[in-house]
Amino acid sequence: MPHAILDRPPLLEVSHLDVDYVDPPHPPAAALRGITFTLQRGEALGIVGESGCGKSTLMLTLLRLLPAAGRIVAGSVRLDGVELLDLDARAMAALRWKRIAMIFQGAMNALNPVRTVGEQIAEAIRRHEDVTNRRALDRRVSELLDLVGIAASRREQYPFQYSGGMRQRAMIAMALACSPDIVIADEPTTALDVMIQAQILQLLADLRRQLQLSILLVTHDLGIVAELCDRVLVMYGGVMAEYADADTIYNGAAHPYTQALLQAFPDPTQPAQKLAAIPGAPPRLTDLPPGCRFTPRCPHVFARCHTAQPPLYAVTPAHQASCFRAETTSGGAHA
Amino acid sequence: MILCIRVDESQLVHRSVYLANKIAWAAFTILFVIVLNFFLFRILPGDPARAGVRDPRLTAEAQAAIRTRFGLDKPVINCFTSLNPLEPGDCAVNPLDTQFFIYAGNLLRGEFGISYHTNRPVVEVLGERLWNTLLLIGAGQILAIVLGMALGILAAWKARTPVDYGALGFSLLAWSLPTFWLGIILLFWGSTYLGLPVGGKSTPGINYANTWEELVDLARHLFLPSLTYTIVFLGEYMLIMRSSLVDVLAEDYILTAKAKGLNHFQILKDHALKNAMLPMVTIIALNLGFTVAGAVQIESVFSWPGLGGAIYEAVNRRDYPMLQGAFLLLAVSVIVANLIAELLYGYLDPRVGVE
Repeated sequence: MPHAILDRPPLLEVSHLDVDYVDPPHPPAAALRGITFTLQRGEALGIVGESGCGKSTLMLTLLRLLPAAGRIVAGSVRLDGVELLDLDARAMAALRWKRIAMIFQGAMNALNPVRTVGEQIAEAIRRHEDVTNRRALDRRVSELLDLVGIAASRREQYPFQYSGGMRQRAMIAMALACSPDIVIADEPTTALDVMIQAQILQLLADLRRQLQLSILLVTHDLGIVAELCDRVLVMYGGVMAEYADADTIYNGAAHPYTQALLQAFPDPTQPAQKLAAIPGAPPRLTDLPPGCRFTPRCPHVFARCHTAQPPLYAVTPAHQASCFRAETTSGGAHA
Repeated sequence: MILCIRVDESQLVHRSVYLANKIAWAAFTILFVIVLNFFLFRILPGDPARAGVRDPRLTAEAQAAIRTRFGLDKPVINCFTSLNPLEPGDCAVNPLDTQFFIYAGNLLRGEFGISYHTNRPVVEVLGERLWNTLLLIGAGQILAIVLGMALGILAAWKARTPVDYGALGFSLLAWSLPTFWLGIILLFWGSTYLGLPVGGKSTPGINYANTWEELVDLARHLFLPSLTYTIVFLGEYMLIMRSSLVDVLAEDYILTAKAKGLNHFQILKDHALKNAMLPMVTIIALNLGFTVAGAVQIESVFSWPGLGGAIYEAVNRRDYPMLQGAFLLLAVSVIVANLIAELLYGYLDPRVGVE
C-alpha cells in the first residue's frame, strides 16, 4: 500500500524544517533539525520518540502554534502545495481546525472545564463554517458525538461529568467538527487504561477508513503505531533517526535507536523475556554531544560518529536512516 | 438517554443542597455573632454609665439613675449579675427579664436600642453613617474593580513585556502605599491645585439652588477620598487578576482554543476570563464585607462622616447599643458578601457543589 500512495502528490510536505527555542542571553536550543517527510491523503504516519525528542514541537510547528520562545529558522511546510510558513496570521487561523485539526490529550486538561462539551464542539463549527441556526448546530454536534459513541443528550454536560475515555472521544468529535484533511493525534491514549486505549485506537482506525482521514499520530508507544500507522518517523534529539513504512521499522530497523526502542517493547511471543531498557537519558537540546546525537547511548559507536551528525541515508528508496552504518548499504546521503 | 436525564437531575439536586447548606450556615453564623457580640462588650472592663458622662463628680444616685434608664441594673443573664463568676447573681430572677433576653427580644422587633451617647435610635445613626460609607466605598470599589481588572487583563495579555512591567510596578507601588499618607498627599494636591474641598461631605452653611448643585457639591467632596480608596484597592485587584489570568492562559485548553483558530479576543472572552474570575470574586467579596467597617483611615483624613468614625467614637464611650448594632452590621455584611461569593462560584464554575 505505501508505494501506491507514494506516487500521488503529497497532501502535506514538510522539508528541511529547523526550529530553535530562544532564551536570550543563552544560545538558541536546536529543537528540530532537517525534518523532512510527506503525508498522503488517507495515510497514517506515526511519529515516535522519547519525551523531549521534538515530536510535540513538530506538531505545534505544523499549526504554527509554537510557544513564544519557538522560532522556525528554516524549512517549508506545504499543504496541497500552499506554503503554510508564508501565510499571514489571519489566513493561518482560518486554516487551523478547518484543514488540520488536533486531538490533544483530552483526558487531561485540553477541554475547558467551565463550558459544556457541546458548546466547545459547536464553537469550532461556528468559527469555520457559516452555521448560525441553533437547531442545525445542535444537530451537527449530536451527529459528531454519535460518531464517537457518545449519547447526544450528554452534550449539555461539562467535561468533569465525563470519564477519561469519554473526554478523549469528545476531543476526537471536536477534531472532526469541520471535516479536516489532517488530524494530528498527540498521545491520544496517554492516561487512559488499556481497555479504553484499545477502544480509542479502534475508533481512530474506523474513522480514518470512514472519512478518508490523514492522521499524524504522535506517541512514544510503538505498539500503538503498529496498530494504526502505514509509515513511521522515529525522532531522536530533534532530528530524524529513521523513516520507513511500519513493516520495515518493525522487521528491518537500520538505526540503533529504533532497534533499541523495539527491544524495549514487550514481545507477546516471548513473555518471559526481560525488556531491555535504553541506557542513559535523551540529550538536552542545550548540551548536545558533538557528532551524532545518539553516541552517548549507542552500542555501535565508532570514531566517525563523534565527528558529525550523520545525514539521512537511503537504505532503500522508501527507507531512510541517519546512521553512518547505513551508508554502506546505500548509494549515498539521501537528503 | 434516561440515564443522562437522571445525571442532570441529580446535579440539580446537588446544587439545591449546596445552596441551602450555604444559606443555613450563613444564618447560623449570624446567630452566633449576635450572642458573641452581646457578651464580648460586657466582658470588657469599663462602665458605660461613667464613660458616657465623663464626669468624675457624678453622684452615685445619678449613676444609678442612668443604669436604671438603660436597663443596666438588670442581670446580664439569669443567675449572673455580671459576667464575673465570683459574683453570682440571683437565679430567682425571671430569665426573660435579663439584659440578654431583652436585647434578643428587641432585635426580633428590629429595635437596636438607643445610643447611650447621642440618645438617638441606633438604627437611625447607623443608617445615616452607613449610607455615607457605602457612597464612598461604592464609588471607590467600582472604579478599583473596573480599572484593576482592565489593567490586570492588559498586563496578563502582554505578560513579560514593558507594558506588563509598567502595570506591575504601578500596582505594587499603589498596593504598598500607606493609605493615610496617600490620603494626605492627595488632599494636599487636590485642595491646592484643583480647588477641591478639604473634607466633610458638603460645604457647610450652603443653600443649594437645586438638586444638580447639591450633587455637584457632593461629587466634589467625594472625589478625593474615593480616588484614594480606588488607588489603594486598584493595585491588589490588578495583581490578582493578572496572576490568575496568566495561570489560565498557560492551561492546555487555551492551546486547544488557539488550535481551533479562535482569535485573541475570542480566547480571552470565551475561554480565559470566566475561569480567571474565581479568585477575583473571592477577594472582591472579602473586601466588600470588611470595608463596610468604613475605610477608617480615609474617613479620618477627609473627615468623612462614615461608619468607621462612628465605631471609633462608640468604642471610646462604651456605647453598647451602638457597638452591638455596628458590629452586627459588619458581621452581617461580611457573611452576606461571602454568601454572594459562594453563590457566584456556583454560577462561574459548574464543578462547585456537584463533586
